[in-house]
Amino acid sequence: MTLDPITLTVIQAGLQQVCDEMDLAFSRAAFSPVIAEANDRSDGIYAAEDGALIAQGAGGLPVFVGTMQESTRILIGMIREGRARPPRPGDVYIVNDPYLGGTHLMDVRFARPFWRGGEIFCWLSNTGHWPDTGGAVPGGFSASATAVEQEGLRLPPVRLIKEGELDPEIYAIICSNIRVADQRIGDVKAQAAALEVGAERLAALLDRYGDDTVRAAIAELRLRAAAQMRAFIAEIPEGPHEGTAWVDSDGVVDEPLAIRLKVTRRGADLVFDFSGSSPPCQGPMNSVRATTLSSVYLAMRHIFPEVPMSAGAFEPLHVTGIEGSFLDARYPRPVSGCAAEVSQRIAEAVFAALVRALPERVTAAPAGTSGNFALGGHDPARGRDYVMYQISGGGYGGNADHDGLTNGCSTIGISKAPPVEIMEQQFPVLYRRYALREGSGGAGRHRGGFGLDYEVELRRGTARASFVMDHGRFGPQGVLGGRDGAPNEVTVWRNGTPYVPRHLSKEQDIPLAPGDRVRVRTPGGGGYGDPFTRDPALVAEDVRLGRYSADEARELFGVVLAGAPPQVDAAATARLRAAPTRAG
Amino acid sequence: MDERRRGRVAGVDVGGTFTDLVLIDETGAVRLAKVPSTTDNQARGVMAAFAEAGADLAALDLIVHGTTTTTNAVLERKLARTGLITTAGFRDVLELGRRTRPRPYGMTGTFTPVIPRDLRLEVPERMDAAGEVVTPLDEEAVRAAGRRLLDAGCVSVVVHFLHAYANPAHELRAGEILRAFWPNDHITLGHALLAESREFERGVTAAVNASVQPLLERYLARLRDDLAAGGYAGELLVMNGNGGMVSSRLVAREAAKTVMSGPASGVMAAAYTGRRAGFPDLLTCDMGGTSTDVALIRGAEPPVSNEIEIEYAMPIHVPMVDVRTVGAGGGSIARVNAAGLLEVGPESAGSQPGPICYGRGGTEPTISDANLLLGRLDPARLKSVEGGVTLAEVERIFAERLGAPLGLSAVEAAEAVIRVANLKMAGAIRMVSVSLGADPRDFALFAFGGAGPLHATALARELGVPRVLVPARPGITNALGCVIADLRHDFVTTLNAPLALLDPAHLAAVLAAQAAEGERLIARERVEITGVRRLYSLDMQFLGQTHLMRVPLDHPAPTREELQARFEEAYWQRFRVRLPEIRAAVVNANCSVIGRRAEVDLSALIDPAARRPKLAEAQTGARPVRFDGAARETPVYRREWLPEAFRLSGPAVIEQMDSTILIEPGDLAEGIADGNILITIGGAP
Repeated sequence: MTLDPITLTVIQAGLQQVCDEMDLAFSRAAFSPVIAEANDRSDGIYAAEDGALIAQGAGGLPVFVGTMQESTRILIGMIREGRARPPRPGDVYIVNDPYLGGTHLMDVRFARPFWRGGEIFCWLSNTGHWPDTGGAVPGGFSASATAVEQEGLRLPPVRLIKEGELDPEIYAIICSNIRVADQRIGDVKAQAAALEVGAERLAALLDRYGDDTVRAAIAELRLRAAAQMRAFIAEIPEGPHEGTAWVDSDGVVDEPLAIRLKVTRRGADLVFDFSGSSPPCQGPMNSVRATTLSSVYLAMRHIFPEVPMSAGAFEPLHVTGIEGSFLDARYPRPVSGCAAEVSQRIAEAVFAALVRALPERVTAAPAGTSGNFALGGHDPARGRDYVMYQISGGGYGGNADHDGLTNGCSTIGISKAPPVEIMEQQFPVLYRRYALREGSGGAGRHRGGFGLDYEVELRRGTARASFVMDHGRFGPQGVLGGRDGAPNEVTVWRNGTPYVPRHLSKEQDIPLAPGDRVRVRTPGGGGYGDPFTRDPALVAEDVRLGRYSADEARELFGVVLAGAPPQVDAAATARLRAAPTRAG
Repeated sequence: MDERRRGRVAGVDVGGTFTDLVLIDETGAVRLAKVPSTTDNQARGVMAAFAEAGADLAALDLIVHGTTTTTNAVLERKLARTGLITTAGFRDVLELGRRTRPRPYGMTGTFTPVIPRDLRLEVPERMDAAGEVVTPLDEEAVRAAGRRLLDAGCVSVVVHFLHAYANPAHELRAGEILRAFWPNDHITLGHALLAESREFERGVTAAVNASVQPLLERYLARLRDDLAAGGYAGELLVMNGNGGMVSSRLVAREAAKTVMSGPASGVMAAAYTGRRAGFPDLLTCDMGGTSTDVALIRGAEPPVSNEIEIEYAMPIHVPMVDVRTVGAGGGSIARVNAAGLLEVGPESAGSQPGPICYGRGGTEPTISDANLLLGRLDPARLKSVEGGVTLAEVERIFAERLGAPLGLSAVEAAEAVIRVANLKMAGAIRMVSVSLGADPRDFALFAFGGAGPLHATALARELGVPRVLVPARPGITNALGCVIADLRHDFVTTLNAPLALLDPAHLAAVLAAQAAEGERLIARERVEITGVRRLYSLDMQFLGQTHLMRVPLDHPAPTREELQARFEEAYWQRFRVRLPEIRAAVVNANCSVIGRRAEVDLSALIDPAARRPKLAEAQTGARPVRFDGAARETPVYRREWLPEAFRLSGPAVIEQMDSTILIEPGDLAEGIADGNILITIGGAP
């Protein structure tokens, strides 16, 4: 069946609408703020035969862009091989196994076949980040875990909902193994209800346009998405283009982990070769295959946002050389850092490799850490235990057109930070500062955005502070002559004495007493282009606004300022910029 | 007051392109005007509209004005120089935002804070979340900061302290200190406008208020002078974003509330018109040149939200009519992407250069151009355009840009553009209604704006909406909203209490105090009202959740059991999930106090004298219009000539001064009261 382009467009929009409505239904009804407010979830439609991505909600968390088709593909394979029970109409599988197409254990996938005339037409699936799935620490981010069992409950694909009814026995097992289990029923119902919405809307679409037409359109759209991606790829020089990114440490062994990437164009395809990257690590900074693929896809989508989310768009992207590295960790390696941190380093390696080839499209490195600070303790005033998370952003990299954004969210996320006032309402803490981190943006023709500088004081009771962050050892990379952004810095003031975590950006369970403080300074973005070519007036403006000091203006940007408010001394600036050697 | 003159009311709305005026006198007689907006000083356009309508200003009793002065100032960041005095350690809250990025994909974008960093000063002071003092206010530091801001040329100042919603003592004291030497009354206290937690949202709201206040005040003073010079002796009222109106002498104090007033007045007019016509449940669709605004009205009550973001990271959290912008407008550009698929929008040709058919140099095919090629808009109008473009020229561009890559003729491509645009718009409208927990099929579509009625029947068909209501004057609905507006004040008080611990007597006292304050404010206005209405609601959530549900109350003294039941019901309605096992909490108590004005007679919005007795006499001609791949000879009617009651089956085109209505084949259009047209999808006999 050949379809005209208008029918294709119409069906593409229709499939997208189904996914967007699933996203909306999931977020609106979800209980946990991680899903409802932070949108840490995604919904999509996947092919019946191989799980290939047909369409995915536009508002889904970027890191899930490629994981869900892997997860669905593996589930289909397991059913075929008899390793998972075959589905009946009304069944919904639950799975969170990282090694079966996942991320970390907290990202729980639901998958349900969509039946049409007694056969599976396609799969509907979604992922939601549950606030807890058991394990050593509340929330699941243990910086010192050495095996996945310490990270939480691991579920193979099992049918949690059988012919429309929640299986109370499986649910009871789950509830007995996770924290705050009484609120999880809200998320489970929302996650299943979203798939139900998807099924209703998809059925309406098929009724309207006909199963054969939609099937033909899906196949054609996949080809066209691939063609669209290849049209962009064709503009990239053959290469190889090399980029490297470093993870500070794995949280257990204090040694950096390397992501070494070589991107080569072969015809209209791109090969991402990660050979030479570090081997699997002891601590939780391992990535699994699905997350690694997804990180490459999401990085490419940041570069080419015009390409639709579809398996076709990923077809020209080939990832090799990850076997035997920490980018393809196997059971029982701990993986809690894969979605939040390693994924962002992988994206950074892609940006670093391609920025010279695509200088108009790619930015210098963004802060690229989720900046997870967890404080667990007991509040004597309320007589209860609590776990507080402060997830924070940082500066984005400069780009061909403008300076990087200040305090942007993680590369793989789209969520909002919680307000200080809400944190102080809920937890026994007082923020002493929540400020722009001066001087942190990497110098460049277009400088990086600025990081965040906050300081939290414990008011009462005792607590333990844990950090799963990154970019503490190396700042986000500047490009094309731009400087690196400032690295992440954590200082814990105990009894008036400063303490820096052994792994800089990672440590577990640092005990705090009332009056003790935690100060976190998040990374600034990398600079883009030679800072000595930055418009001196913009440098003066940054100094006037207190973002850089006059000394930094001179040393980093070669701009000499005089007077108050500071004005550019044009002659002295020209002399300094013409000097053969540069300071710093 | 002279009895005869009572109720001669003018509504003037300044939009991006046109300034519209509706004047209704005590007999119900109507005068209209549409003149170009004057962006430098909107007052000139307003005065021109009165002149065009031939209005005798001295004979007017009331003028209600909708202005975009503050909207434009915020969007273009042309703000009054404003300083911020804030808690030590927190001056960057306005710049850091909530850690977001403008779009999910693409690590680019910029953000400009409302107040620049050098005008944001810190003073030692601190409250905790319970409203207890951690650090006392350093009064000398407030004085010094105020003086520094004055020296820096600030004409307006914001005091924004952490947790001031819980205890405003420090903000109040700082306000007192500043008032002693600040040369004007442009002092905004963060908690005064919005007593809710969340420092970024409250701070931006206060900062926007302070930095548009001097501009709005200056503009209104000038307009009052101009009107007085023209002989006007009555009251000038200004529309707020909540759909109510406030005296022009009071409005600047809470200037942030005017920022979204344009779309709000259109929705108010829709609710009013719909109620009179017997359609209290409406999906409104206001399609203009660059965008389409959508709102959902239940029970003739326009929805009000406190959580509107007017652009990326620019939340203005004051009660405003909940209007969502969904993208496409007449100027949206169509193109074929690298995958060989047709895309419409999001880029727009705007009003400059505008669509090709405007003849202002536009060369990109747009929705308006497609409507023209299909015969939906009158091709004869091209001739009247200065510097004209021919239909052949539009056709050539469509053939080259769209037809060739798609393998279609120009006209087929135009039809595809309309089809895709309608599909996308319908999808976006559906998302709005679903996100508000509503099924679009339960509503009538209220189509207005210049282009709304042209797309309405197709959108209704796509959405499964059974009926479309087209008001008498789709192109000047916002001005009509000014004429029919009531006085309105909204109050929000944060309670933050689990339902089990809520003291019902305290809740009743809070709501009663809100109602009393609203009535006091309304009594101060020099406007005649027929009665006062109070609308009570609570913002509730399940404990452990973050998003809020608005739960309406039919009386201000509910029991806890009643609240639990109402909440569960509202939750079910919205999410189709029942969670009786989880406890609920009350976050905010809300009251809106509405001073109702006398009913306005809308029956003469289309001049009864101009109407023709028979339908056939209203027909001005016929032209081929393309539907479903084939051109059909389609009768064209003049709206102003249609008999009061008529029935006609599509296809038909109805043209009027301010809009064009398309009736598709199979649909039935009927003339009903107030000059409205009711279209029943698939209703043709």
